[in-house]
Amino acid sequence: MLNIKNLEATIENKHILRGLNLEIKPGEVHAIMGPNGSGKSTLANVLSGKNGYDIKGDISFNGENLGELSTEVRAQKGIFLAFQYPLEIPGVNTNIFLKTSLNAIRKAKGEKELDTLTFLKLIKEKALELGIDEKFLSRQLNVGFSGGEKKKNEILQMKLLQPKLSILDETDSGLDIDALRIVADGVNSYKNKNNAFLIITHYQRLLDYIKPDFIHVLSDGKIIKTGNASLGIELEKTGYSNLA
Amino acid sequence: MKTEDLKNNKEYKYGFTTDIESFRAPKGLNEDTIKFISKIKKEPKWMLDWRLKAYNRLKVLKEPNWQKPKYPKINYQDLYYYSAPKSSSEKPKNLDEIDPKILETYKKLGIPLVEQKRLNGIAVDAVFDSVSVATTFKGELTKKGIIFCSISEAIQKHPDLVKKYLGSVIPLSDHYFATLNSAVFTDGSFVYIPPNTKCPMELSTYFRINASETGQFERTLIIADKGSYVSYLEGCTAPMRDENQLHAANVELIALDDAEIKYSTVQNWYPGDEKGVGGIYNFVTKRGACRGKNSKISWTQVETGSAITWKYPSCILQGDNSVGEFYSIAITNNFQKADTGTKMIHLGKNTKSKIISKGISAGNADNMYRGLVDINSKASNSRNYTQCDSLLMGNKCGAHTVPYIKNNNATSTIEHEATTTKINEEQLYYCNQRGLDQEEAVSLIVNGFCKEVLQQLPMEFAVEAQKLVAISLEGSVG
Repeated sequence: MLNIKNLEATIENKHILRGLNLEIKPGEVHAIMGPNGSGKSTLANVLSGKNGYDIKGDISFNGENLGELSTEVRAQKGIFLAFQYPLEIPGVNTNIFLKTSLNAIRKAKGEKELDTLTFLKLIKEKALELGIDEKFLSRQLNVGFSGGEKKKNEILQMKLLQPKLSILDETDSGLDIDALRIVADGVNSYKNKNNAFLIITHYQRLLDYIKPDFIHVLSDGKIIKTGNASLGIELEKTGYSNLA
Repeated sequence: MKTEDLKNNKEYKYGFTTDIESFRAPKGLNEDTIKFISKIKKEPKWMLDWRLKAYNRLKVLKEPNWQKPKYPKINYQDLYYYSAPKSSSEKPKNLDEIDPKILETYKKLGIPLVEQKRLNGIAVDAVFDSVSVATTFKGELTKKGIIFCSISEAIQKHPDLVKKYLGSVIPLSDHYFATLNSAVFTDGSFVYIPPNTKCPMELSTYFRINASETGQFERTLIIADKGSYVSYLEGCTAPMRDENQLHAANVELIALDDAEIKYSTVQNWYPGDEKGVGGIYNFVTKRGACRGKNSKISWTQVETGSAITWKYPSCILQGDNSVGEFYSIAITNNFQKADTGTKMIHLGKNTKSKIISKGISAGNADNMYRGLVDINSKASNSRNYTQCDSLLMGNKCGAHTVPYIKNNNATSTIEHEATTTKINEEQLYYCNQRGLDQEEAVSLIVNGFCKEVLQQLPMEFAVEAQKLVAISLEGSVG
């Protein structure tokens, strides 16, 4: 599904990714761990097509070179990024934002756009699955949301938009144990053999709930070690410094 | 740039001209022009005298120049002050007699004038250049005693009301443009709502400038008698031309005891091209008097068009417990300039005013909020709340907030909040990541920014205004 070869990324003269290789197949869950400043969030940004990076190397997604594709086209093709810090958009109802987003993606796929009633029925179902209160949907997008509510909202959007590849950028940071479980349940219930996950995290604890097939250790812009789920537990004990 | 090139400009969809023969007064501002206008409108002598009085006053007035957007000197002798479609020189008696070309123009603008196709129950008065061409739903309104007609007709048929109220809020000698309007105004709408009557439908006037080298000077007078209510909306468009055209309107509102007037404007005059050539000079005087106790006047404006917008819809809160509101969205893109805001003059006791202003500036544009809150020494226990938010897109545009605040009563309070923000790249990225392209993202964020004002508009117009907000900013983030 995703094939990254020799990826380099530079921003404002800082060389952050330095030859990263990664392959993700449908049905797989990959976790990226690593110390601060190793390039984890940069990888998420580069995959979603954020402006401002100088890129070398190849990223192909379902056989298509992502190259110069814009952020929205990548999103329409099925790449979803759950933000570490979801943005607040004052004056915009969560419902309206979600509907606009879903319809933009449906339209790009050549599917029929949903009318308001059908949409509301759908979103209420999805919210219920995640234990999200309906009232939350008529609030302004992320405005005044707690950290946990913002992250749950990201997972709600993921389940609504049905991406092929979901990138979770430190979705576990700032979550209490209940919210963490809701987020993990959301991911587990969405996971199937046709989609894939790239989970960026500092800690093992999210991986106690979402079982990764692979764990990669990112250091200084490169993957320096890859292992299975047990690598996370090992890292928890020994730290990153022993690997470098 | 020639008019032909301008026609290729796709951004402004109302930029077409209607090829219709028009009947004009000779160029120039003088007594003859004024007499010409008065005569063609078959006005009584008192009206002509009033106009001439204004004209004499005008001779000694100077054009104001304290505003931020400067403009080249206007040659008032080189303008036409009256232009009417030839076919309407004998005023049509009903809609069937209106030139089909004019009906077609309004159809293109999305304003159906045919009464049978009743659209959301909105009565429309359509003003084409200098004359009112059609007023719909007259019959239904007349049954309730509501008068909704062109000001020209009101001068003939309801002289007592006109004499009593015309110029009572904006005096003859008020300031240069208002006085100019008093001398040469050509048409506009007149509304009278009788006591204890709620106007059963939205009243709306649609202004269209068609002829070139023509100034439009419309005059609107709305009187809400005791205990009545009316909601009124005006919309405006003009063809694209490479000359600047002057639009200097006067709007007077009078609310008596317990009456309420809600006045909404969607102003989409031609803004000029992306290089700043052409466009309307929108120099308008709008003022409402809350003359009676417990009366209320609420202004809502969505200003997206015009090369220069220069206006301050104001409320004079004379009656005790009266309320004034001003909700504004002013969008300037390319080389557009706006200097707009309001004046809230608190004279009565327990008077309240609220000002919500949203300024959006993109391209090389400049956007200024200028507002006065003046609480008189007798206006005990009065309150004002002002919130001015500016949104900047790109780094070549400007936003300014200039509040003038006078409080002469120790029991009264004034609150003022102001923010200036730049459209946030991270917000755009977030929207893009959810599949929205740049324009959709900008539209969503800006409409969110304007929400408090948009929700003041009558439903049917809110949707249109949202679209207009998006269109006005197309291509402004790249």
